[in-house]
Amino acid sequence: MTTTEHQAAAVDTETRTITLRVNGRDVSRTVETRTTLADFLRDDLDLVSVHLGCEHGVCGCCTILLDGESVRSCLMLAVQARGHEIETVESLSADQNALHPIQEAFAEEQGLQCGFCTPAMVLRCKEIIEDGKARTDDEVRHEISGILCRCTGYQNIVNAVQNASRKLGGKEAGA
Amino acid sequence: MVATTTVRDSRVPGAPSPTTHDRLVVYRTTIGQAMKPPRFQYRDPDTLADAVALKARHGSDALILAGGQSLMPMLNMRLAAPSVVIDINGVTDLQQITRNGDVVEIGAGVRQSALETDPLIREALPLLARAVPHIGHIENRHRGTVGGSLAHADASAELPCTAVVSDAVVVLQGQNGRREVPASSFFDGFMTNACADDELVVAVRYPVTPAGAGTAFVEVARRNGDFALAAAGVIAEVDGDGRFTRLAVGVAGVASVPLRATDVEQELLGRPVDPATIEAAAKRVEAAVTTGDDIHATSAYRKHLAATVVSRAVLAAATDARNGGNR
Ligand SMILES: Cc1cc2nc3c(=O)[nH]c(=O)nc-3n(C[C@@H](O)[C@H](O)[C@H](O)COP(=O)(O)OP(=O)(O)OC[C@H]3O[C@@H](n4cnc5c(N)ncnc54)[C@H](O)[C@@H]3O)c2cc1C
Ligand SMILES: Cc1cc2nc3c(=O)[nH]c(=O)nc-3n(C[C@@H](O)[C@H](O)[C@H](O)COP(=O)(O)OP(=O)(O)OC[C@H]3O[C@@H](n4cnc5c(N)ncnc54)[C@H](O)[C@@H]3O)c2cc1C
Ligand code: FES
Ligand code: FES
Repeated sequence: MTTTEHQAAAVDTETRTITLRVNGRDVSRTVETRTTLADFLRDDLDLVSVHLGCEHGVCGCCTILLDGESVRSCLMLAVQARGHEIETVESLSADQNALHPIQEAFAEEQGLQCGFCTPAMVLRCKEIIEDGKARTDDEVRHEISGILCRCTGYQNIVNAVQNASRKLGGKEAGA
Repeated sequence: MVATTTVRDSRVPGAPSPTTHDRLVVYRTTIGQAMKPPRFQYRDPDTLADAVALKARHGSDALILAGGQSLMPMLNMRLAAPSVVIDINGVTDLQQITRNGDVVEIGAGVRQSALETDPLIREALPLLARAVPHIGHIENRHRGTVGGSLAHADASAELPCTAVVSDAVVVLQGQNGRREVPASSFFDGFMTNACADDELVVAVRYPVTPAGAGTAFVEVARRNGDFALAAAGVIAEVDGDGRFTRLAVGVAGVASVPLRATDVEQELLGRPVDPATIEAAAKRVEAAVTTGDDIHATSAYRKHLAATVVSRAVLAAATDARNGGNR
């Protein structure tokens, strides 16, 4: 046992009941206060689109939208999300028989291979289109740079974002 | 992304069947090595007074949780094991940006991303608006705070560098009240600061950048969002004859703390804005580079980069000044 584990063992397990809104539905659960938001979403809510690559904020695969803003769910505690609104990529497939235009665009452009980064990429894509930050390839590349993709080489993701932006044009593309 | 799962958990829309989850939990428990925070007591005060009281009670056993972009990785990797975590995200008093005459006070809890878009910051502290986009990625800046970045005191970090260049003052509060520490003495060693065990960073005060002054922030990092190998922040004022009348040059990533390149400042003051003169003067910063060889760069390469970023930033700030700066 390492020193830190020794110290840690001295503190009792502490839980809290939290209520938050996840993918448009109110959820209430009792969680250990040290549970990360990513683990809560994956293990307590079964939202396994939240992918854990590094668990220290670097890879971006655990990115979710917190009150509409992209954040690393591995770098938040679940208790910190109480009272907030969370979207994971599952929120886009409310209609199980149809793809969301962003998903369609990723399929059409082959914006994914293994799919590990894809939920995060799709959410970030949604955010940047809403923010009107998908104007040029360079801008898209810059805006998605917080999420690592080991497969695609990014070009097809950039194409997918541009395609999605056109599909959503007017409706979601911002100023 | 085509959903093939047919059995769905009714609790949350879109959730797949629980069997996947069951397998994962078994797997995670079996390997027993997952990166997870150790146990701690979680406290989430609503007021600054409560936060200060908690910090006073627990001292060095407690760590403040602000944006979590540095602390959460340390907890996940178990490099930190505080017995108490004091989450200050609910302390709204710390989330204000206010201007009092020639000073802008930024609360410790202000998110880094807010500095990129806040009209007051863009107008009064253009150097911050230029520097902040270099901090990690937007997903980090949506959570990361101003106070957290200062307290974390990474020598490669952008905000501490801007504080040193701007002669900013860090405001600390402990059980015995408030005190103000100039940025130049706040960062007092490798990832350490002047904040006592019973104190919190509550705000930072930046002098408003004078009308007409030019600013620039130039950084070299391996990849978009990485910590700087070297970065320079500059505030410059230039007179009608094109000579430097004021120059503040800060460098990050080259020593245990963010530095002022005073040799460069002194050499250029009163001299004309001229690329060759600036490039020659910038070489003086090399003597201040003390970071040794590491996995990111050799010391020799860092020296080269330090001179390069200083040279580019001074020229860019002078050009910005000649174009009227932010106003
Ligand atoms: C992002 C990405 C990009 C790629 N790009 C390319 C590319 O440009 N060009 C390219 O050629 N490949 C590419 N690949 C695939 C390449 O990397 C794989 O390594 C290769 O196709 C399969 O080899 P493997 O050893 O990984 O086999 P595995 O994935 O382990 O197996 C592949 C299949 O072969 C069978 N198999 C494996 N070994 C044996 C054996 N000895 N006898 C009988 N059956 C066997 C397996 O049962 C399985 O059906 C890419 C893969 C990825 C993830
Ligand atoms: C992938 C990635 C890339 C990054 N790249 C950069 C980069 O390029 N440049 C950069 O500067 N940073 C970078 N960071 C770190 C930056 O994002 C953090 O925001 C910052 O270092 C800490 O701010 P925070 O609010 O997240 O603080 P936290 O992580 O919550 O806290 C950091 C430390 O400061 C202490 N603390 C926090 N607030 C206070 C306070 N008010 N008073 C006293 N102590 C306090 C905490 O106890 C802890 O020890 C990166 C992080 C990640 C994950
Ligand atoms: S798992 Fe969260 S950023 Fe890598
Ligand atoms: S599709 Fe495999 S990581 Fe991006």
